[in-house]
Amino acid sequence: MLLIECPYCGPRDETEYRHGGQAHVPYPADPEALSDREWAEYLFYRDNPRGMLAERWLHTAGCRRWFNTIRDTETYEISAVYPIGAPRPDTAAEAPPGSAAALSPAHHAKGDPAARAIASSGSHARTATAHTAPASAGSPAGGSAAGDPAAPGESPASHPTSEGDER
Amino acid sequence: MADALPQHPDFLWRNPEPRASYDAVIVGGGGHGLATAYYLAVNHGITNTAVLEKGWLAGGNMARNTAIIRSNYLWDESAAIYEHSLKLWEELPAALDYDFLFSQRGVMNLAHTLGDVREGTRRVGANVLNGVDAEWLDPQQVKELCPIINVADDLRYPVMGATYQPRGGIAKHDHVAWALARQCDAMGVYIIQNCEVEGFLTAGDRVTGVETNRGRIATGTVGMAVAGDSWDLAQSAGIRLPIQSHPLQALVSELFEPVHPTVVMSNHVHVYVSQAHKGELVMGAGVDGYTGFGRRGSFHIIEEQLAAAVELFPIFARAHVLRTWGGIVDVTLDASPIISPTPLDGFYVNAGWGTGGFKGTPASGYTFAHTIATGSPHPLNAPFTLDRFETGHLIDEHGAAGVAH
Ligand SMILES: Cc1cc2nc3c(=O)[nH]c(=O)nc-3n(C[C@H](O)[C@H](O)[C@H](O)COP(=O)(O)OP(=O)(O)OC[C@H]3O[C@@H](n4cnc5c(N)ncnc54)[C@H](O)[C@@H]3O)c2cc1C
Ligand SMILES: [Zn+2]
Repeated sequence: MLLIECPYCGPRDETEYRHGGQAHVPYPADPEALSDREWAEYLFYRDNPRGMLAERWLHTAGCRRWFNTIRDTETYEISAVYPIGAPRPDTAAEAPPGSAAALSPAHHAKGDPAARAIASSGSHARTATAHTAPASAGSPAGGSAAGDPAAPGESPASHPTSEGDER
Repeated sequence: MADALPQHPDFLWRNPEPRASYDAVIVGGGGHGLATAYYLAVNHGITNTAVLEKGWLAGGNMARNTAIIRSNYLWDESAAIYEHSLKLWEELPAALDYDFLFSQRGVMNLAHTLGDVREGTRRVGANVLNGVDAEWLDPQQVKELCPIINVADDLRYPVMGATYQPRGGIAKHDHVAWALARQCDAMGVYIIQNCEVEGFLTAGDRVTGVETNRGRIATGTVGMAVAGDSWDLAQSAGIRLPIQSHPLQALVSELFEPVHPTVVMSNHVHVYVSQAHKGELVMGAGVDGYTGFGRRGSFHIIEEQLAAAVELFPIFARAHVLRTWGGIVDVTLDASPIISPTPLDGFYVNAGWGTGGFKGTPASGYTFAHTIATGSPHPLNAPFTLDRFETGHLIDEHGAAGVAH
């Protein structure tokens, strides 16, 4: 059971919350200009790193407000809680938008496979920029730099697995 | 008496050192990787292959699942591939010459609300049209097939009926992996454990090899089947996948005399239960709500599924939880798998089976092997390529097949 600190109500059990998926995925500025690939990226593609992930939570059984956390997806430790609309605390300063680091899927350095990245030329390391990813969608730092989503819960992939389960 | 288990076998495959190159490399020694290597050899004559596994064979979801097998999915595309899988399951004990305790004891999906009843009867109709064995049971018929279930109407969510697939059932998952590994090994496939793939070698838009913790291996063809690790590993090949990894837990009780003759799943109160051959009650429920790789989940998931189980099966009230564990499942937005070529030539992905890929193991291997051997999908997996996220032709199996998948 995670203990999650709502910025408005204080620490509460995980069962009071709903996980809202990756944070900082802005609604496309000009949706009609997107290619099918870019639209798919916005709808269906989200980061899923081992390590630090900026993600949203909804305090459903409390104040019913949204907020963001930085959580380590291996240890489940939450290292930052911050309001919707605020920049991601651990990356905002490090990586200007569009820089290699900002686009890196392996932005989480600690214990990251990037440490095992292949140095030789002609090989893709785990820090490689994705072939198919459009320049900013889906990259956490790129997303936050572009401004926060207009309204949380607006991005359809916010809860891909709410009913997911089974065998 | 519970059934006696077969003798624990001697070593069934070699533990060879990796060679410098192979015609094809399969990453991931779970069920899907092994089945892929098996069908590459049997159906396509490709045996100069290696299965690279970072840990021990079937140490991932393959031997962590609740082993339920069924094919009663709603949509035509799903029914086709899962029914093909079930037919392969029916052949495999003989083909692999291994009794892995495949038991077609039937699978029930309970309905507890009017919505469930409508969904279930609709799905039975769809299944029948697709040649999948399916029946609708009223509560009394549920009780006849599974006498320990409580069908009284004083429950918070009484049993209002169930879909039933008589050919569904369970198998002993670790033995399935061993059976596949033994045959692969006998056909010349290298099964290499403790060999973690750390990245991919490429030349232009082609894959040319894999980098592992045991050195480089050259190959023009890579098939990735790493379940919960799919997003991360594909990313290192520059391929982005629409996958989120979640913990999924399961548990077993101590051993009991046989009391539970079939498999019962309930989406609404959220538990599924069968009794393993050696006597444990095996139970599972939904994924943990957050993404993660911790191979453990939150206690409330276990608490809630046990509450549901005890209400449905009052006889379980005195059973004890012996062990709980978690696996990391790779979930897609439409709860359907991805078996697909990628923009990187020679690099193929098999992922997104999420919470329900054990049943798909044979068809997964069968269609993935075809995709790898020919460079393009088999008709059965053509609807399950990455393209669907762009065309919008999703195969939404959330809820449709009983328990959200
Ligand atoms: C608790 C639980 C219950 C489930 N119940 C059911 C059920 O009842 N019915 C059903 O149909 N499905 C069920 N599933 C889902 C099913 O188990 C999975 O969909 C299926 O096992 C996934 O395919 P796999 O066997 O190949 O995966 P895995 O066995 O997880 O195989 C992937 C392998 O890849 C290896 N790997 C990862 N990264 C690397 C790397 N970099 N290099 C080398 N190797 C690597 C891993 O170590 C692992 O062994 C359940 C899953 C869980 C966790
Ligand atoms: Zn709150």
